[in-house]
Amino acid sequence: MQNWIPFIPDAASTVAGQVDGLYFYLTGVTIFFTLLVYALLILFIIRYRRRNPREIPRPIAGSIKLESMWTVIPFLIAMSIFVWGARLSFTQYRMPAEALDIYVVGKQWMWKFQHTTGQREINELHIPVGRKVKLTMTTEDTIHSFFVPAFRTKADVVPGRYQYLWFEATKPGRYELFCAEYCGTNHSGMTGYIVVMEPTDYDNWLSGGANQQSPVAAGQQLFQTLGCATCHSDAGQGGRGPALAGLLGKQVQLNNGQTITADDSYIRESITDPQAKIVAGFGPIMPTFKGQVSEEQLLQLVTFIKSLSPAQTEGKAATAPARENNPQTGTASPEAQGTTAPDVQRSNPVGPTAPNAGQGGGAQSTESQRSNPVGPTNNNARPKQRQRRQ
Amino acid sequence: MQVLESEEFETPVASRVNYLNATYGLKSWLLTKDHKRIALLYLGSVSFFFFLGSIYAMMIRLELLTPRGDLVQSQTYNKLFTHHGILMVFFFLIPSIPTVLGNFLVPLMIGAKDLAFPRLNLLSWYIYMVGGILTFWALLNGGVDTGWTFYVPFSTTFSNTYVVAAGLGIFINGFSSILTGLNFIVTIHTMRAPGMTWFRLPLFIWAHYATSLIMILGTPVIAITVLLVALERLARIGIFDPALGGDPILFQHLFWFYSHPAVYIMVLPGMGVVSELIANFSRKNIFGYSFVAFSSIAIAVFGFLVWGHHMFVSGQSMYAGMIFSFLSFAVAIPSAVKVFNWTATLYQGSISYDTPMLYGLGFIGLFVIGGMTGLFLAAIGLDIHVHDTYFVVAHFHYIMVGGTVLAYLGGLHMWWPKISGRMYPEGWARFAALVIFVGFNLTFFPQFLLGYMGMPRRYHAYPADLPVWQVLHVMSSAGASILGMGLTLPLIYLVWSMRYGRKAPANPWALPGLEWRTPSPPPTENFAVTPVVTWEAYEFAPPEELKVIGKFEPGDEADHPAVTKG
Repeated sequence: MQNWIPFIPDAASTVAGQVDGLYFYLTGVTIFFTLLVYALLILFIIRYRRRNPREIPRPIAGSIKLESMWTVIPFLIAMSIFVWGARLSFTQYRMPAEALDIYVVGKQWMWKFQHTTGQREINELHIPVGRKVKLTMTTEDTIHSFFVPAFRTKADVVPGRYQYLWFEATKPGRYELFCAEYCGTNHSGMTGYIVVMEPTDYDNWLSGGANQQSPVAAGQQLFQTLGCATCHSDAGQGGRGPALAGLLGKQVQLNNGQTITADDSYIRESITDPQAKIVAGFGPIMPTFKGQVSEEQLLQLVTFIKSLSPAQTEGKAATAPARENNPQTGTASPEAQGTTAPDVQRSNPVGPTAPNAGQGGGAQSTESQRSNPVGPTNNNARPKQRQRRQ
Repeated sequence: MQVLESEEFETPVASRVNYLNATYGLKSWLLTKDHKRIALLYLGSVSFFFFLGSIYAMMIRLELLTPRGDLVQSQTYNKLFTHHGILMVFFFLIPSIPTVLGNFLVPLMIGAKDLAFPRLNLLSWYIYMVGGILTFWALLNGGVDTGWTFYVPFSTTFSNTYVVAAGLGIFINGFSSILTGLNFIVTIHTMRAPGMTWFRLPLFIWAHYATSLIMILGTPVIAITVLLVALERLARIGIFDPALGGDPILFQHLFWFYSHPAVYIMVLPGMGVVSELIANFSRKNIFGYSFVAFSSIAIAVFGFLVWGHHMFVSGQSMYAGMIFSFLSFAVAIPSAVKVFNWTATLYQGSISYDTPMLYGLGFIGLFVIGGMTGLFLAAIGLDIHVHDTYFVVAHFHYIMVGGTVLAYLGGLHMWWPKISGRMYPEGWARFAALVIFVGFNLTFFPQFLLGYMGMPRRYHAYPADLPVWQVLHVMSSAGASILGMGLTLPLIYLVWSMRYGRKAPANPWALPGLEWRTPSPPPTENFAVTPVVTWEAYEFAPPEELKVIGKFEPGDEADHPAVTKG
């Protein structure tokens, strides 16, 4: 696992080298100042040791010149570190336009992944080498943190919102995945592996699970069974509810005069807390689906709704204007309110139970105590930052 | 070695009435209004909580000897680090130097008879004890597993432990902090002896003034935060948990708005002690007095603006992160200024190798490393990797243990003759200081390496296929046992010296500070007559000119022997 430099972990992502570079610079600065201070201390305590218990050294008041020097020079060095660190963070926070999307749900105490092609994994994520991977992450319970030391990257996974993280692996291998934010009893068991594969191996691996339902398909099915189509219509053209086709990335005018940009978190919030942001021209008639859909199902719904905006996936601005010519009739559809069958769907296609569940007896009980795994989106989420990792 | 034996300078102590023997009995201690006795009450209770916190630390280090979680279950381990953190932060580090050394020395150093509000001072000790005992009760009866940070929604919704009881203890304890801070500020403003101008104050006082500002302004925020956690946990009012309509990041803002300044509550008094140690044991006035004094105030002010650097990966805005990163680098500068000034103070000094000086030098050495590694964490791009790893653990232990604990021990040794009226055994004390320094570095230096390699915090087990990790953990645990033994030594010999130590003269180190111009131990009223200060801070003079103020023995001159410089 070791490089030729001791105590440096495997470096297997495009940013790893840059993070190490800053680390070496800082280590150099630290060693320089530590040696400087230690050398002066040792020199002084030997040279000026007390020779006579009655001696009174000549007082020295201080020196403005020296004070300015050791204020300004450390400040300049600190600023060099600040700029370097901020530039580096910019690379890490900015989400790439083109990336392999993977959906991540953290849960006490496991990591659940779903690929766009439908494969699901627990505590192990297979990705191809040399391709940017973008994670869209949330959690069913408490805060977790997705940490891959070999990639030198990390992001907290916060309930009630989507967090994003991207990386590009540079060499095949099996790399440790840790939960870095303390999350309860089996926190230290919430680990896994990122398996980085050659593209051909990855394609083979993907084809192994080809019969699984993709998140878009699953989302479409949910869209029907939950009755979303009643108001938003089958292909999302809208009706009693606002149009969903071509929505993503567009500016949306709300009935309180605000304008927001439609993104993942906005769609998620509109499902769990429909009254939070109502599109201008529509009434507050949508029932909440909070508690009826799991985080994974929410991600599938969001993915499906995103797929209705093809321009977004091509990285271009949306072209089709949203249909806003549907005055409200003022009645909620009874179908929409009555349909609640998500539990039937909530089977876990992956099959194996959490590998860690056996270790802490509290795992299952805590899970079942939690009646309400889905929370509303954070109202403070700032639309402009949503495409980056917040 | 450097203790002056000159007879003409020594005040007879045997028969004299002092604060320790003025009255007897438990009641005279529990109802005392004397700041010096209250300092001793704090010394006992703070040491008790430090001892408890250390036991938890030892168990953590024992568990981490092996990669597997074999000594304790994960749930037990979670409680161990939570209890360790809560006891050490809230019941040792925050109160330690202000309530023990500050309580004892603030009035003595400024020439006052007591603090401004002696009853409030006693009340603050009782509040501290109520908070401490309540928290300790919660820890014994089931414990808490949230980590000392009480992050939501884990603490409000998921944890099945005594969160509210422990939180209530911390809430109550906060009032003790506020009262102490209030007392210090009023005392320093209004009760300085004639001639004791602001710029004649020892730097210990400046540091305590800055600390008191943070205590008063910051502590109410943690109190509110803890209350909100309790409200959400008990009444299910949605404040932090998104399932109830709350915002978990809001908690982190509130928590760190106090808890980052709290870091300065812990380290600023330590810096004040070290300024005293370095100046007095090199017999030099501090280099750049006003820079050191104002750097304390600067740290207190800027310290309130950097809390967001705990949240670089938590989901706050990238631009907020950049501002917090910038301010964190800015707050590092006053600390650097202090280090350079302490070092420059030694130049052409008369440096003694007495134990307090060893701790002072040890503090500077460890604080440089602790401070510099703080820069790693302030750089966002690098913090993303090392956040919540052992790198952070190592960094803050270098500041908290290498800084605060060393300063506390150094201060305790420097003023022990004044506090107890007895000398501690110098040989043992130097040996203990050395053991602590070596043990400390062996414990915490490997954790920097572990952290960069990716070892996350709060893990009771770690991958067994990384042998280097275990090697580093074993080194760390070995260091912890050495550190533990080193810390036991002062406990033993200081207690021993209270009965068997050589009697201390009024001014064993021949220092100019006011606290040394009254007998050891001081009388209840501190000074027989109000001292008049005509000298600058750290104005050293030959020992025979440093007369004890006031008349204690027949033959002593009572006419304010305001010492003129030599």
